[in-house]
Amino acid sequence: MKNAKIFPSAILVILLLLILGALIFWISAKSDVFPGNTIKIGEIQTYSKLTSFTFPYRNGWQLALEEINSAGGVLGKKLKVISRDDAGEPGTAVTIAEELILKDKVVLLMGSFLSNVGLALSDFAKRNKVLYFATEPLSDALVWRKGNRYTFRLRPSNSMQNAMLAEEAAKNEAKRWATIAPNYAYGKDAVASFKKLLKAKRPDIEFVAEQWPALFNINAGAEIQALTGANPEAIYNALFASDLAKFVREGKLRNAFKNVFVVSLLTGEPEYLDPLREEAPQGWLVTGYPWYDISSPQHKKFLQAYQKRFNDYPRNGSLVGYNAMYAVYHMLKKAGSADTEKMIQAMEGLTFDSIVGPITFRKIDHQSSMGAFVGYTALKEGKGIMVRWNYADGKDYLPDDAQVMKLRPQ
Amino acid sequence: MPKLEKGILLGFYFVQFLTGLSDASALFLVACGLSLIFGVLRIVNLAHGSFYMVGAYLAYYLIANFPQGAFFFWAGILLAALTVGTIGIVIETLLLRRLYYAPELFILFATFGIVLIFQDLSRWFFGAEDILGQQAPGLAGSIDIMGVLLPQYDVVLIVIAPLILVGLWFFLYRTRWGILVRAATEDREMSDALGVNQSRLFTGVFFLGSCLAGLGGAIQLPKGGANLLMDLNIIAAAFVVVVVGGMGSIPGAYLAAVIIGELSAFGVLIFPQSTLVLMFLLMAVVLVMRPHGLLGNAEPEVQGAAKMSTATLKPASKKLKLLGLALLILLFMMPVFVGSFGLVLMTEIALFALASMSLYFIMGPGGMVSFGHAAFFGGGAYAAALTVHYMQTPMELAILLAPLLVGLVALIIGWFCVRLSGVYLAMLTLACAQICWSIVFQWGKFTGGDDGILGIWPSAWASDKTVFYYLTLILCIGGIMALRHFIFAPFGYTLRACRDSSLRVDSIGINRHRHQWFAFTLAGTFAGFAGGIYVFSKGNVFPDVMAIPRSFDFLFMILLGGIETLFGPIAGSAAFTWLHDQIARIDYWQLILGCIFILLVIAFPDGIAGSIHTRLGRYFED
Amino acid sequence: MAIILKVQNLHKAFGGLRAVVDVSFQLEAGQLMAMIGPNGAGKSTCFNLINGQLNPDQGSIFIMGQKVNGEKPRDVWKLGVGRTFQITSTFPSMTVLENVQMSLLSHNRRTKSLLTNVSRLYVAEAMALIDLVGIADQAHRSCGVLAYGDLKRVELAVALANQPKLLLMDEPTAGMGPAERQGLMKLTESIVHTREMGVLFTEHDMKVVFDYANRVIVLNRGKMIAAGPPDEVQKNNEVKKIYLGTASS
Repeated sequence: MKNAKIFPSAILVILLLLILGALIFWISAKSDVFPGNTIKIGEIQTYSKLTSFTFPYRNGWQLALEEINSAGGVLGKKLKVISRDDAGEPGTAVTIAEELILKDKVVLLMGSFLSNVGLALSDFAKRNKVLYFATEPLSDALVWRKGNRYTFRLRPSNSMQNAMLAEEAAKNEAKRWATIAPNYAYGKDAVASFKKLLKAKRPDIEFVAEQWPALFNINAGAEIQALTGANPEAIYNALFASDLAKFVREGKLRNAFKNVFVVSLLTGEPEYLDPLREEAPQGWLVTGYPWYDISSPQHKKFLQAYQKRFNDYPRNGSLVGYNAMYAVYHMLKKAGSADTEKMIQAMEGLTFDSIVGPITFRKIDHQSSMGAFVGYTALKEGKGIMVRWNYADGKDYLPDDAQVMKLRPQ
Repeated sequence: MPKLEKGILLGFYFVQFLTGLSDASALFLVACGLSLIFGVLRIVNLAHGSFYMVGAYLAYYLIANFPQGAFFFWAGILLAALTVGTIGIVIETLLLRRLYYAPELFILFATFGIVLIFQDLSRWFFGAEDILGQQAPGLAGSIDIMGVLLPQYDVVLIVIAPLILVGLWFFLYRTRWGILVRAATEDREMSDALGVNQSRLFTGVFFLGSCLAGLGGAIQLPKGGANLLMDLNIIAAAFVVVVVGGMGSIPGAYLAAVIIGELSAFGVLIFPQSTLVLMFLLMAVVLVMRPHGLLGNAEPEVQGAAKMSTATLKPASKKLKLLGLALLILLFMMPVFVGSFGLVLMTEIALFALASMSLYFIMGPGGMVSFGHAAFFGGGAYAAALTVHYMQTPMELAILLAPLLVGLVALIIGWFCVRLSGVYLAMLTLACAQICWSIVFQWGKFTGGDDGILGIWPSAWASDKTVFYYLTLILCIGGIMALRHFIFAPFGYTLRACRDSSLRVDSIGINRHRHQWFAFTLAGTFAGFAGGIYVFSKGNVFPDVMAIPRSFDFLFMILLGGIETLFGPIAGSAAFTWLHDQIARIDYWQLILGCIFILLVIAFPDGIAGSIHTRLGRYFED
Repeated sequence: MAIILKVQNLHKAFGGLRAVVDVSFQLEAGQLMAMIGPNGAGKSTCFNLINGQLNPDQGSIFIMGQKVNGEKPRDVWKLGVGRTFQITSTFPSMTVLENVQMSLLSHNRRTKSLLTNVSRLYVAEAMALIDLVGIADQAHRSCGVLAYGDLKRVELAVALANQPKLLLMDEPTAGMGPAERQGLMKLTESIVHTREMGVLFTEHDMKVVFDYANRVIVLNRGKMIAAGPPDEVQKNNEVKKIYLGTASS
């Protein structure tokens, strides 16, 4: 009995020690050798979940970082990114933010995917007077209703992307619309803003059904059936990832998309369209990222560098990550220092040439003018692609100053 | 509501019914394995969802690498299921077998470690990208039922689930091995006495259960696919099915799955917003009406429950008191030693220590395991945030109001919960917590939904990190000392008496339910107190503070610290928070955390404080 | 003498099984009454009916003149009924002293107190009871590790804490050696006399029954087949046939 107990304990203690040793090695290997020579940036992202989006995102900023540093860095220093996983929890994100600021002494925070994590970080930034550069989150509230002077956002917001879609959707004859979106803030905001924008352009339409599946837990058959029961002529969809895949497959089998015009937010992004392979829907109006089809020389250069570095093609996340790192680079260059106030001043009104065109961060609401690609889905060689697309520049879909003054706490 | 011509309306409802049935089948296939494992091994296997996920991935890659055709499709599915079963055997013999006689719920901890490990291993092996499953060859179309289309594969699912049900029934009632399994389900001691080779039986059942989980994952490929979130997405639903049906009852699981499938199929027609809460609402109603589920028998004891806590509680010796005083002084001197982030972490540890101490209060002395304690912690955070947000209450008042409001909620929830015991009680607390969570989540106009409530910062005098640390420290130590005092007060003794023997307390004139109800409310109040302070330390609150993972965090803190000692929750929350912080910097941190959990469970089954107590306790006696 | 327990025409059936059929008897203060019968005769059911754990189908039970049908065990206890169990039921995570203190706390309605400390409550009273049942040397040991015979004594002390008028003892000497049995029953006998209470007990050991009981009731298949002083019952033919008969042959 005694021997039986001692044996595994000894092994376990050794294993524990090994793990601890590995840990210490890992952490010490990651700590920087020349602390005085770097500008540290805190990067918070949901790397343990939502990986289909966040991993390409990481590749994107890593590529940009390598390019920047190999070209000599900025302000005579190298950029160093301390990247952390927030597990998709706002509370965890705030703790990490505090650690990055207090312990790692980063000069600014960037990142986050989920809107609520973005909002938590934005509030944290305001309180602690640090710059937070929200890269992914789409929530309108981030720069408008709950905006603050420490928070900037890169991606076109939920309502901006919906405005791009609504503009095109209004041209369609369909009058009876149904909506389906995940049952959380992003989905609710998306449906509400699309409804409002479309109604403004087309007072004659009506919304006849809505479905709110739980995020990543769609009950596809039953919910599609419920939508088709209302006999819609068009469907607005804001589902993504596994929910989208189930929706598409089940909808086809149940004939839900036959003669139905579908408008689908984010579906053109490779991270969501590619898993559908030969089952990718055709003729849907989507926002996305047709990396295979963008002919500008800057983008071609990026594409080559990305494929060479990662042996993979870029996703929308890669584009966002790449642009984000360059935005930080240009901001620091303009600010001439890593002082928060100087950085804010530099970021307000900052314009730089990104691989998808010029991007400006507005002074009035800190929203960037980065746009999105709007087009229709099609099948090519057993793969979903975007056709008849155009790059909708964000600046055309931003709310005007009067609206911003009304929305944003001054 | 559907707007269709009369002719097609009947077809519409019929197809909706069949759709619900096919969803039920998919659910049943996952849940029946879980139910089987619980029935015989009496363990709450959180890793069941991971087996489901691995089944889906394996089947996808097997089928993708096999030649095309129906035979290879089904062969791939079966092979995936068997492979998952084999993984199950490895886990059972290498890990779980060591833990059957460990304290109650320790296996829960270990299986959660497996969940974490499988999360990262799957990412490593199968990649980060979502996968859409293959269509079943020859079954990729739809059939027309009275003018409405139904995918052919739905029909397959509708047929397969009852076949498996019948197969399992045949196996359990018509084979020798099955009869042994049933004997073990119904009366473990008797089957022991009959000389059944228990370890082989357990391994066999675990293999079968894991196979069924793998099969569930593999067979849903044509309906969905594989992704890294599916493990945790399915596990809650599977548990609901098992509990609603009655733990250990396979027909019960099928019945529950059908009810849930149909309820959600028709529920979305009437209340499209109900998707988050419907299942848990059903579970709460069923448990209140039928405490052992629809077809369940009186509760079998959870693994190791009988062995639980026979140690007496001794008040601290003089030496221990001195040690505690030294620790206290150290805590108050902390700001000198650690940087301001260290203080942030210490503040968090103090709050979690109070929250887990309140959970310990009902779990240890009370013997009531709660899977939903975060509802009270998060409830306190929300109560404070809402009073500040809507009534501009000052921080001091909000911190006082939060526990009172949460206490009221705990009073209501507790009234239902104390009527049950063991796993059923735990599951009812889970359901209640999930209902609270979905109210907060869904009621966006009032609570901010998942965008949360922002800008809840401490009053000016307490906004300095050091000051706030001291405030938290004083309040939390006060709360912990109060709970500790209650444990040594007549009420705490009565609570332990109620846990030890309900027969005896009844025969010495003690109203067990009333005391447990009071204890539940008290624990909720203290958790709410911790939550009320927590919101000011973070500055914001989001629904995830009430969600299931947070409830399990508290549970793990207690198990990590050791369930047998009063100091356990404090040691546990410190270790848990520190470990999390240290490890979260590493890429595959879930893998490492999972390994550490499992190692701790095997090496220190008494938890941190418990191990210290057994090894060094004698030096601290008077 | 005051009538402590009065049972009239008690009936109880479980499904088709008639566990107790038309049982009537009464118990006076100062009496030790034994209830005997073969296994499954309905003794434990009878106890559980009187104790309030079960509800009778018919008939009535009076304790100290008060009808207790349908009352819960905890309310029956408040009328002054102490109970020990066939399989001892104590609080294994507490010491002997604490077990008895629990009973005293309940008796004094202090179980909801949050502010006092148990280590200072009713210690003297509890020690007196522990001393009375003769396990003072075990007072600080955990009931989880106590010998079976000692647990029986703990149960007795716990039952006495309430100053009961009626003591229900289910197999009080089961699992004890012969000398220990005698000791426990002598103790019980003296307590009954000093405290003016009544005891109803079941027992398998006929020597114990006939040495200590003032009255004996014999149950068989739920029916009461004999009642009276021990020597009378011993001579009863029916008892001999169905119960003692097996022993004498």
